[in-house]
Amino acid sequence: MKLKELFNSGKFVLTSEVGPPKGWNIDKTIHEAESLKGIVDAINVTDNQSSVMRFGSLAACHLIKDKGIEPVFQVTCRDRNRLALQSDILSAAGLGIENMLLLTGDHTTLGDHKDAKPVFDLDSVSLIHTIKKLESGVDLANNKLDGEPPKFCIGAVVSPCAEPLEPQLMKMDRKIKAGVEFFQTQAVYETDKFAKFMEKAKNSGIPVMAGIVILKSVGMAKFMNENVAGIHVPDNLIEELKKDKEKTKSGQTGIEIAARLIKDLKPYCQGIHLMPLGWDDKVPQILKLSGLI
Amino acid sequence: MLVTQLKSKEELLTIIKKPAFVIKCTGCKEVLFPVTEIDEFLKTAEITVSDIISTDYICNTDFALKLSEKYKSEISNSLNIIVFSCGIGVQSISALLENKKVISGCDTLYINGFQGLNTRENNCRQCGQCYLSETGGICPITACSKSLLNGQCGGAKNGKCEVSKEMECGWERIYKRLELIKETQKLTGDIKVRDYLKLL
Repeated sequence: MKLKELFNSGKFVLTSEVGPPKGWNIDKTIHEAESLKGIVDAINVTDNQSSVMRFGSLAACHLIKDKGIEPVFQVTCRDRNRLALQSDILSAAGLGIENMLLLTGDHTTLGDHKDAKPVFDLDSVSLIHTIKKLESGVDLANNKLDGEPPKFCIGAVVSPCAEPLEPQLMKMDRKIKAGVEFFQTQAVYETDKFAKFMEKAKNSGIPVMAGIVILKSVGMAKFMNENVAGIHVPDNLIEELKKDKEKTKSGQTGIEIAARLIKDLKPYCQGIHLMPLGWDDKVPQILKLSGLI
Repeated sequence: MLVTQLKSKEELLTIIKKPAFVIKCTGCKEVLFPVTEIDEFLKTAEITVSDIISTDYICNTDFALKLSEKYKSEISNSLNIIVFSCGIGVQSISALLENKKVISGCDTLYINGFQGLNTRENNCRQCGQCYLSETGGICPITACSKSLLNGQCGGAKNGKCEVSKEMECGWERIYKRLELIKETQKLTGDIKVRDYLKLL
């Protein structure tokens, strides 16, 4: 099932995310995904997240799909040139994977193979363009595909709280022109900034799913403020995490903050994308508390 | 040091605005600089030119600065500065003339081998398809750690690249520059895909 069918039906769409392991045994990841079956509409599978080499996203998507869960195949441009990307995307179609999230990808120097060659033959925009060409029956070099062309629902990312915002909006515009069908955003902690962003973004009519990362600790919030692009956790949330150490440690503060953010962001967007970073077991409670399930 | 080739007449004529100030850098003409083709282009292109100057090594910031001071009024009376040089020359001129639209008249071609010592602040990877006219004279291939062609990734924090806090985000520099010369619409232009055949 393509996510665009849900957006078109007017549903407020929910997605979560799992990251495959650094090893061949995928059972834990599958279990994490299964625990959210029927709670969210689809589950993203990350692609060598943070440039750390792991079990492949495509194979994990296939195994999750086998369990009756809708996967969103994340594809970055860091590790593959245009031949390998197109080949994997055709393979995804052959495995019945219908939703994709296309990203440029973190630089190799951020991960665990710092001496690797950073590929970036294509970028997020030219990759969207490439998939639209595959959908029209030809590859990027205009060679005709055999048989029926693949059909996908193509997603991309945007960073609504980035400063300056203008270059992000322009890149977003390029992605829309290239044919993107939905957006998932970087984690949002500032509803006012998100509302301002949506004011500018809503004219395109492309559905936007606001990104939620559960705050696990004060240290995590501070680390993200220092190091993670496009994320700013405001002081009042950091104070809230500091107030009751036990409650924060148990995850309850993070759950309450995430649920509150979802309630506040809902009027401005068409869905929520949760990035639990291992706290998948907290997702049902967050969604219940925010009134979405 | 470098080998350059004149861009196509059609490509140049779509972006040049009149009147233009023309700089031909002949510093490397012993190697390969398309002097005859450039003169032919300027003769037949019917562009109003405020001045055409031939000079040496504009990749040297001191030379470029002297030149920009000497021709201050001609430059200020021009809508475009067309630079026929390698990518480094175009970048060194556009860094000096922040408020001017600088057009790259040539593509710098890849050549094998050691090309002589010429250390400069700017870099040119001789990609054979110069993007500088589109990007405010800041090279996306060398200024962006991922050599992205279609705009900023989501990795910059406080204007710095995700690769190093010492490195400015190339695309944020490009954005600021295009804002200054009122050309930000170029950031929503055609989708670009690199042609690696040009490196062979």
